[in-house]
Amino acid sequence: MRPAWSVILLTTLSGAAQGLVLFMVLLEWLARGRFIAPLDDRFFTTGGVIAVALAVVGLGASFFHLGRPERSWRAAAMWRTSWLSREVIVLPLFIAGTAAFAWSHGVDGAAALAAGASAAALSIVLFICTGMIYACLHFIQEWASPLTVVNFLLMGCASGALTAAVLAGRLAPQASDVAIVGALVLTLAAMLTRAASLVRNLRLRHRSSLQTAIGVRHPRIVQKAQGAMGGSFNTREFFHGRSRALVRRVREAFMVLAFLVPLALLGAAFAGAELVLPLALAIQFLGLLAERWYFFAEAKHPQNLYYQAIS
Amino acid sequence: MKQLALVIDLNVCVGCHACVTSCKEWNTSGEAGPLADLEPYGRDPTGTFFNRVQTFEVGEFPDTETIHFPKSCLHCEEPPCVPVCPTGASYKRKEDGIVLVDYDKCIGCKYCAWACPYGARELDPRRKEMTKCTLCVDRIYDESLAPSDRRPACVMACPTNARLFGDVHDPDSEVSQAIRERGGYSLMPEWGTQPANQYLPRRKSAVQIAPDQITRVDNPHRKDGKPPMPRMDSPSLDDATSW
Repeated sequence: MRPAWSVILLTTLSGAAQGLVLFMVLLEWLARGRFIAPLDDRFFTTGGVIAVALAVVGLGASFFHLGRPERSWRAAAMWRTSWLSREVIVLPLFIAGTAAFAWSHGVDGAAALAAGASAAALSIVLFICTGMIYACLHFIQEWASPLTVVNFLLMGCASGALTAAVLAGRLAPQASDVAIVGALVLTLAAMLTRAASLVRNLRLRHRSSLQTAIGVRHPRIVQKAQGAMGGSFNTREFFHGRSRALVRRVREAFMVLAFLVPLALLGAAFAGAELVLPLALAIQFLGLLAERWYFFAEAKHPQNLYYQAIS
Repeated sequence: MKQLALVIDLNVCVGCHACVTSCKEWNTSGEAGPLADLEPYGRDPTGTFFNRVQTFEVGEFPDTETIHFPKSCLHCEEPPCVPVCPTGASYKRKEDGIVLVDYDKCIGCKYCAWACPYGARELDPRRKEMTKCTLCVDRIYDESLAPSDRRPACVMACPTNARLFGDVHDPDSEVSQAIRERGGYSLMPEWGTQPANQYLPRRKSAVQIAPDQITRVDNPHRKDGKPPMPRMDSPSLDDATSW
């Protein structure tokens, strides 16, 4: 598949926002349960505003994916069958819940707790919707796995927790250690599940072949013409057009940038060098952009079997 | 329930692309809007087509065979492109099973194209809407046309009659009989999409013959030489002697 920057930005930015909300709500519950010292309302307000901003930028980016953005309001119609439609509904709800979460802090404690719970629930539902958009396409075998949903959830939570750690360093030092440990654990978990899906996909055997695509039982079939010389939607949308070496390099790069380097920097931060946290966040976000690019580039659509040679 | 579909006979398709051009001509001129035709005389002409003919070579020289393979929307009975559409623009008609796009509802998110394993849908680069084969729904029900013309443009254009059109749920229709009697098959059956369109395989009419069928081993002439001369007084059929 051709990676679309609009979708890459939507899923990474919104994922970070969702993770940030989940982690802030976790910190709030820990503080209310007196497991950590009480936190300043400013931490939640600022964090909420940042989460809203990230999600809104992601939502804005997603419009560039549409051919007819002026009709996008129609996309809420088919929530009974379409995971994309469900995402379209849940994303604005999540933004609204997060905005209520940010606003209610310092205004009404009980309302803040309720808004936090609903924003967290919407965040998880949104992760499931986003992941299922890809996981439900069962003939794109690289995506058709529960690992897809788990990866979206854990990578979003990891980047969100790291954002919370950066924020806690400024506004809630008493929660800083918890946030760093949280980010560390979530980044490690995300690395493990992402590595698991990488291993799965490298060992994948595709069920479709040129034989099933045109229905001729012969081991040697070669395409001689695809019906067009100058390309078509099928060649533009479903091929990334990059070399295998580049794709492999992106894979190695994102494992290092999104997981290994942030893990090392988080370790350093836990040891006391908290100044590296913003750097860790920047590097991880870059890594997650590469990860999402690879996620699309790696997927082999069965329609590509019909477009192997021009002439 | 009716399910209109095409049956494509690979045995007689000669790869002339008449169905491709006829399809484009009809569908770019209709009410639904034009289909893009970019740089038609340039270096890299491209555009939207509902139907394409591809060519494959099967086997290794000198034992090769060329297969011309027309490819369009298969109007699946379980179309994976329909439930994923967030707006309901992509739908399957109950009355005749044609899978259509309501262009006015399409937001151009391309999700249905991702969800089609056959690559049958194309986003028009000008209109930014998803387009696909309509089975010439604006032709086949047009009562101002002569009944023999109420068929898809590609079927009308095919010079070798490689494209059959009809109701595959009616067991007595031409298409059902062709599928049943001439080995009709589906593309990528592994995904359970149950394509309504079917393909008829290439067939070679080879005669299975053994050497002993060419030379008659029990020929009495060969075995015994000349037949014996009949006796002079033996009766003959016409009371005349043959020797």
